[in-house]
Amino acid sequence: MSGLRSFVARRLLLGALQTVAVVLLVFALTEALPGDAAVALAGDQPDPARIAAIREAMELDRPAWERLADWAAGLLHGDLGTSLVSGRPVSRYLADGFGPTLLLAVLTVALLVPAGFGLGVLAARHAGRPVDRLISSVTLAVYAVPEFALGVLLVTVFALRLGWLPPTAVGYGADLLAHPAALVLPVLVLLSRPVCSLVRLVRAGMIDALASPYVAQARRYGVSGARVRYTHALPNALAPAAQQLARTVDWLLCGVVVVEALYVIPGLGTVLLGAVAERDVPVVQGLAVVFGVLTVVLNLGADLIAHRLAPRAGVAA
Amino acid sequence: MHDDSTRSLPFPALRRRGFLAATGLGALTLTGCGGGSGSDSDDGAGDGSPKKGGRLRAAFAGGGASETLDPHLANLFADVARAKALFDKLADYGADLSAQPRLAAKWESNKTLDRWRVTLREATFHDGSPVTAQDVLYSYRRIADPKQAFRAKASLEPIDLDASRATGERVIEFVLKRPTAEFPNVLAAFGAYIVPENATGFDKEPVGSGPFRFVSFAPGRSAVFRRYDDYWEGAPHLDEIEFVVANEESARVNALLGGQVEYAHELNPTTARAHEDQGRIEIVRLRGSAMQAFCMKTDRPPFDDERVRQAFFLIADRRELVDGALSGAGEVGNDLFGKGYEYYADGLPQREQDLGKARALLKQAGAEGLKVTLDTSAVAAGFTEAAGIFRDQAKKAGVTVEVRMGSKDSYWSDILDNGSLCCYRSGAMPIEAHISQRLLTDSTTNATKWRHKDFDALYQQAQSTRDKTERAAVYERMQRRLYGEGGFLIWGFADWIIGTARGVKGVDAEAPANTLDWARFDTVWLA
Repeated sequence: MSGLRSFVARRLLLGALQTVAVVLLVFALTEALPGDAAVALAGDQPDPARIAAIREAMELDRPAWERLADWAAGLLHGDLGTSLVSGRPVSRYLADGFGPTLLLAVLTVALLVPAGFGLGVLAARHAGRPVDRLISSVTLAVYAVPEFALGVLLVTVFALRLGWLPPTAVGYGADLLAHPAALVLPVLVLLSRPVCSLVRLVRAGMIDALASPYVAQARRYGVSGARVRYTHALPNALAPAAQQLARTVDWLLCGVVVVEALYVIPGLGTVLLGAVAERDVPVVQGLAVVFGVLTVVLNLGADLIAHRLAPRAGVAA
Repeated sequence: MHDDSTRSLPFPALRRRGFLAATGLGALTLTGCGGGSGSDSDDGAGDGSPKKGGRLRAAFAGGGASETLDPHLANLFADVARAKALFDKLADYGADLSAQPRLAAKWESNKTLDRWRVTLREATFHDGSPVTAQDVLYSYRRIADPKQAFRAKASLEPIDLDASRATGERVIEFVLKRPTAEFPNVLAAFGAYIVPENATGFDKEPVGSGPFRFVSFAPGRSAVFRRYDDYWEGAPHLDEIEFVVANEESARVNALLGGQVEYAHELNPTTARAHEDQGRIEIVRLRGSAMQAFCMKTDRPPFDDERVRQAFFLIADRRELVDGALSGAGEVGNDLFGKGYEYYADGLPQREQDLGKARALLKQAGAEGLKVTLDTSAVAAGFTEAAGIFRDQAKKAGVTVEVRMGSKDSYWSDILDNGSLCCYRSGAMPIEAHISQRLLTDSTTNATKWRHKDFDALYQQAQSTRDKTERAAVYERMQRRLYGEGGFLIWGFADWIIGTARGVKGVDAEAPANTLDWARFDTVWLA
């Protein structure tokens, strides 16, 4: 077990370094973008004197490394800094955006896991037969449809033509739970592609596992079909799926810009988009930290789960 | 240095539009033209008697989580719409961009036009206190604070705020640095809202004198305001107004069609055509809202030769540009700003494409086989389309135009001093403001580098002329000069398109975006 512990420790350390690298990279890239927050704010009135005044007010006239150092010093005290544009704390931006994003992610994953694994196992059990063909072709077809196209289609059909569901969540703000109907379409769109890739992964893993010598051995011992499938084959099939699932959760939590924009859900993706357009560097950095930490933690979790499910695979640090 | 009054309506909000358009969602691409029958103008003023009550939800593209209710920081359309619901200015623009009295009941100047006495009407803030001369001075001094960078600061520059003073509870004597005949334009300047004396924080319980009072505000999401019963112009018809933010045009349309909002601001021409006269929603087209131009830098080759500029005027097929780049939602321009506005020189003949004459002019200028780079960007709707169309038109006159795409976020700053030819647009503002901001030697955003002492002198002459007819004659002279050899090739004026639910009445259909009656909700009611 100590091996596992040192593995976790090494991964966490590596993760911290990765997060620092992400933040540095994001800072450098944001600085490299043409224009800064002052130019972006001045918009179509690029009066040089005004831009200079804004720059001074935002302290953008200080050297980049100095601003980064200040921000990093604040970060050590848990202070993510304040927005250049509004002067509000970055933590508030993150807190406000995280609620809707988390809600969507939780709902999506709650439906994704049973649907993905269920359909995957079902297809594997009927490999090569009509049920499998149907599931495989439908998942392939849906996977090929980009989110925005599916989103527009669903809104047109279910909201505008049939009038069953509200087309957007506009005006509901963070109180999305009070309007569950508004969540149906965005969750469906978010679900569409991950469910397909998960089904296909589980199906492939299951088929491989069912054809493997240890399953044949189990069968020879007279273990029942269901037990072979669910306690012997499935865990092995799940290992790659768990990592795919982690990537999906990461994708969901880091703000799904297209879905948020289409359905007017004020999540992290919207915050990120606004911050980049405004060159609001502290907000972009704050998001980079959050996204970096999330990615590291989720991937570590997935590795641990994969390790649990299929110890033979070992863990590659 | 420049008596600019309103700042043009900013379009940074449009930055966001580019995003999904790129992924194809907004790709109801601009095609063809509908010409678009006029809007429901009778829907505006005379559609039965107003009904009281109800809540109207209005969707705007917004500024995300950085939004604020500080009226002096107003930058986007959504900011202005909220600001004008909560606050008032001393004056505001009518449909022809002339200044109309608002909190100011009247203004009068001395003979030399450098001292103006403004008398306030009797109005109260939402906390019941009266609007006084001190509030006005405080507000203007806050805007002009050198440590701040409020947008209206440059507009208020003509005022000597140290010398200006309150001469009564509701009387202010403004001392100006120089004669300013169009001083009322300054009072109507973009963002020059009156706030109570010593007001600083505006995100919690902002107090104004506008038709609606604050209820709640969540930046980037929604703002709810309630009717102010003691509003000086009479209480609004609506009980409540809610501003909601939806940055994607398709989301605003969907929310309107789905009954989630009753008013959707800033729609695409294609959307308008799809839903016009279909009975589900009403489409309102605000004419003359956004000037569309190509901007030639007159201080550098090849445009330092006026014959090249004149040739370019003749290369443009304006109808084709309006139909192609604006989807027909607009009207053609005549190389002059402010079609339909006060002082517009409408007596000049409409310029048409004349490739033969253009070629001849280029030949005279020794610019045959001319190559020029046209800067554009997805910063505003129709920009890249206009650039492509103009490239093809120029080809017919033997001019090779190379289109160069620039960054959306820094476009306006990039084109101010760089390049020689670029796409340009401007929101509505008085013609005087357009001149002072862009066409004088010391103008801060002089993108055509139009610098002529005699032209500056004409502007000063206009500002020192008391008689309006005489002043109009000076403006006409200036416009003739620009028409003949200016740096702005103004090919069109885009409509600003708004969608409303069927029961919404009293929405003004005449006011260009950025004027008093645009995005004005105290006169709107739900039938």
